[in-house]
Amino acid sequence: MSFWDVTLELLKGFQTTVVIFAGTLAAALPLGLVVCFGSMCRFAPLRWLTRTFIWIIRGTPLMLQVIVVFYVPGLAFGMPVQNRLAAVLAAFIINYAAYFSEIYRGGIEGVPQGQWEAGQVLGMTRGQIFLRVVLLQVVKRILAPMSNEIITLVKDTSLARVIAVGEVIRAAQDITAQRALLWPLFYTGVFYLVFNGGLTLLFGWAEKKLSYYRG
Amino acid sequence: MAILEVKGLRKAFGGAQVLRGVDFKLEQGQALSIIGSSGSGKTTLLRCLNFLETPDEGQLYVKGEELWGPACTQPVRQKRLHFGLVFQNFNLFPQYTALQNVTLAMDLLARERLGKAGAKQAAAENRAQAQALLGQVGLGDKLSHYPFQLSGGQQQRVAIARALALRPDILCFDEPTSALDPELTGEVLRVIKGLKSRNTTMIVVTHEMEFARNVSDQVLFMADGVIEEAGTPDEVFGAPRREKTRAFLANCLRPVY
Repeated sequence: MSFWDVTLELLKGFQTTVVIFAGTLAAALPLGLVVCFGSMCRFAPLRWLTRTFIWIIRGTPLMLQVIVVFYVPGLAFGMPVQNRLAAVLAAFIINYAAYFSEIYRGGIEGVPQGQWEAGQVLGMTRGQIFLRVVLLQVVKRILAPMSNEIITLVKDTSLARVIAVGEVIRAAQDITAQRALLWPLFYTGVFYLVFNGGLTLLFGWAEKKLSYYRG
Repeated sequence: MAILEVKGLRKAFGGAQVLRGVDFKLEQGQALSIIGSSGSGKTTLLRCLNFLETPDEGQLYVKGEELWGPACTQPVRQKRLHFGLVFQNFNLFPQYTALQNVTLAMDLLARERLGKAGAKQAAAENRAQAQALLGQVGLGDKLSHYPFQLSGGQQQRVAIARALALRPDILCFDEPTSALDPELTGEVLRVIKGLKSRNTTMIVVTHEMEFARNVSDQVLFMADGVIEEAGTPDEVFGAPRREKTRAFLANCLRPVY
């Protein structure tokens, strides 16, 4: 098997990697905000419920969560999950929403109370203050921790292998099994590096865009 | 008729009574200074007037209109606009330039009052007005500077322009120079003094005794959540009647070491 053939084979696997990454990001970014508002809610029972949820999700391995989402519906309710990729996406979205929510919370709580008060005495509504004053400051504050988390997500996609979803490492292992070649497995590292290199550039650009002000 | 009338204002945080029945009146165009030691309730009083805190009891009238009374449970946003507030820490919006800091709330209010089309026309007017105000506080050449590019004194002057832009009936200052380096307090106090000469109605919570004495028409000395003594600067500073006032002024005016 030539280098070119291996590359094509791994690219197919990497497509799945990208689907897991993009799907998780697209759903967990907004869902995380909902979880975040839950964990900051003034209604205590909802707040504690949300924080317990975050504790469970952050306190157990993502690999275990993928296994639970895939097997438990079949074992407990007799409704086996048909689509493995959907199970992976569900587990990843829940997991990352929990992590993102804590980053959001840190960002929102980090904006000084005085910003809200200044907006209030200027007759602005809470919505106006959030959108016009607080939001951009939150984005700036969470950019670094978010880029960290998002780069971790790229690498976490390899956990999909545990329920036999054919992402890039799984694709490489298939080649190893069929052709007794080990190098394609190492080669997958290049795919991750290139992808994360792109993300790093993107975050660097965003950080630069927001560096026009301080505070 | 007094422009502002405060009756029996009370506020507690948890079990701590911070305001225990505050009454005073303020006439149009007058400057009122509030002095007193930390924890005497000065700042809480100012925050109640601006509805950053909800009073537990008491009434507030501006030009005879009741802003707060026994029937009130939630502050109404429009009623806030009778008051402006300049904070100790400026609280400028860091992502906006000096000019944008002043125009932001003006533009939002214009949109509320005139609709989208009207707001567009008003925007140019607001901009001109904001420029004039920033010029008035001596920052005509700093319009497009961001807060981090300005000194503390300059930031506080932007904050004053921002508060003036909404034409409040009464402009409040919460220790406007306490966060400033000593050499920067002068420029801010001069601006406030300038406002006084234009007959702006003002309430200034301050530790600058000389300023309170020279600029204000009325002085309130607060202690333990009540107004301990009130009068003209000459009365309060020149011939304080209360023991607490005398002790406070003595500590302020001569070194304690």
